[in-house]
Amino acid sequence: MNEDILTLAVVTGILTSAIRLATPYLFAAVGEAFAQTSGVVNLGVDGIMLVGAFAAFYVTLQTGNVWLGALVAILVGLLMGLLMSFISVTLKAEQGISGIGLYMFGLGLSSLLFKLLVGTVQTVEGFRAVKIPLLGDIPVIGAIFFQHSIPVYAAFLLVPLAWWFLEKTTWGLKIKAVGQNPAAADSLGVSVDKVRYFSVCLGSALAGLAGASLSTALVNLFQENLTAGLGFIAVALVYFGGWKPVGILAGALLFSAVNAFQLWMQVLGANISSDVAVMLPYLLTIAALVFATNRVRQPAALNKPFERGEN
Amino acid sequence: MKKQNVWLVVFSALAALALLLSACSPAAAPQAESKTVRVAVIMPSSTTDMAFSQSMYSALIAVQKEMGGEAAMEIKYSENMFKVPDAAAAIRDYASQGFDIVIAHGSQYGASVEEVAKDFPETTFAWGTDVNTFGLPNVYAYTAAAQEGGYVNGVIAAQLTQSKQIGVTGPVEVGDAKTYIDGFVQGVASVDPAIQVNKTWTGSFSDVALMTEAAKTHIAAGADVLTGSSQSVVGSIGAAKENGAVLWFGTQADQASLAPDLVVASQVYDWTAMVKEIIASRAAGTLGGKTYILQLSNGGLKIAFNGSYNLPAEVKAAAEAAIDGIKGGAIVVEP
Repeated sequence: MNEDILTLAVVTGILTSAIRLATPYLFAAVGEAFAQTSGVVNLGVDGIMLVGAFAAFYVTLQTGNVWLGALVAILVGLLMGLLMSFISVTLKAEQGISGIGLYMFGLGLSSLLFKLLVGTVQTVEGFRAVKIPLLGDIPVIGAIFFQHSIPVYAAFLLVPLAWWFLEKTTWGLKIKAVGQNPAAADSLGVSVDKVRYFSVCLGSALAGLAGASLSTALVNLFQENLTAGLGFIAVALVYFGGWKPVGILAGALLFSAVNAFQLWMQVLGANISSDVAVMLPYLLTIAALVFATNRVRQPAALNKPFERGEN
Repeated sequence: MKKQNVWLVVFSALAALALLLSACSPAAAPQAESKTVRVAVIMPSSTTDMAFSQSMYSALIAVQKEMGGEAAMEIKYSENMFKVPDAAAAIRDYASQGFDIVIAHGSQYGASVEEVAKDFPETTFAWGTDVNTFGLPNVYAYTAAAQEGGYVNGVIAAQLTQSKQIGVTGPVEVGDAKTYIDGFVQGVASVDPAIQVNKTWTGSFSDVALMTEAAKTHIAAGADVLTGSSQSVVGSIGAAKENGAVLWFGTQADQASLAPDLVVASQVYDWTAMVKEIIASRAAGTLGGKTYILQLSNGGLKIAFNGSYNLPAEVKAAAEAAIDGIKGGAIVVEP
């Protein structure tokens, strides 16, 4: 089997997997980028994803409507975002600690609800793969890019949309201003608290959607701690991507592609130990982070609560 | 400042409460009478994992029912004790609370059991999967000859695959996950040595997304039959739900209910007889010092055929022949 490693079929397989695997990272990391650009580090992403994943799963299980499930996941994410904003913006609590608290709250809540309402692992009919007309028929390219489920397309469309929002709209400029120099923004009449509430809630809604994409598009089931720390990798991707949607896209694709690559290498019986194989994505991420830190400038007011007249 | 501190405390308390509620919803009220056997179990995953932890939990519940409910047998459990230090603390807590039997259900708990068992010579400890009782008179060890059921599953799988390619997925290549696969490979080879068995390990017990992708990768590479250690079943089912037309062979617990049209057969760990024997031995004055091995021949291992999968009669006959061969010693499966 070793001689035909990296045939066209394998490369297609790796890239298709990579696109699919990147989906929840993209939703969660782009969402986190909104929050961080406004100056709030939300470490609760993983917890929000778990609650969102459960909500989407449960609603889909009960109603059979994946769209309704995704909508409820967004709303639940929004509520978690309100909680995070209230703690970190209104009460000005230390962001790292309150984020971890939110994570544990989400982990506990989703596990508890799962036990009370479902009890055992069950599957749902999630989002089906949709082949895009014409584009989906192109050989190789079609299979890699245009035969996925709706949430996968949505995650990739989110990247240019987020870029446009942050760079080209007044709201985007306000978010950046509040994250760079809240005092100056405040003096110009921008409500720092309002902008941060908005950014954190928008990011959390996307985290909820990231959870939904996991439980109703990628794996079509829910179990306790389904995300397994995926949300924390999403936070790391924000740093990796230099707080830019395009950078996040590159990071998510790199991480997913290496992951897909190591899965395929194992299946094909390549001569590498599975222990080394599963380390690859993480090693590469660390290496890339080391090289990336030099060029990265984080939002100046990141992690700093804003108190009028303090600076 | 004061006000926000209060909120932080309230919030932290809420978070802690939610965690606590989910981590230790107790199974039975502590109604300790002198005749009640008090059993505590520490498990690495949840009681609903459809696999390792659930197999032990179901056995305890079955024994409890047989003995006459909570009045005769009290069960307390700590689940998701994946971190060994937490588990060690739980083992010691249960022992000092006066539980009669403390079951540490994970091969990673060995050192903790050895340490605590010395301090509580009146308490019976049982742990697995392993064979080591540390020479202590109050420790039972237990394990499963997972290669036996693996062989039987392999015999069936080899006759059902059309593409002559079988995928194996799992978290890590250790313990009974490894012996199961080793037996499976031998079973496949006994039917047709030309069939290719490819293995993927994800390195994580909980990363369902990656396990699902691993299963999808096997399917994309041409596999039409999948198996693997029990935790990976959820990933494979998630993948099959989308791709269809693959078969799954389970181990540790009967996984047919998860995917009735996908699971062909499961090797089931049945700890019931062992739990009953440990309770009876303790009543008779023996606190430990023995190793139990679940086997097909002693009824600790069973092959559960999925009733809703239409298994051809000659394949089922071959499977039964393999089971009889292993029971009778005619077939020796290397662990």
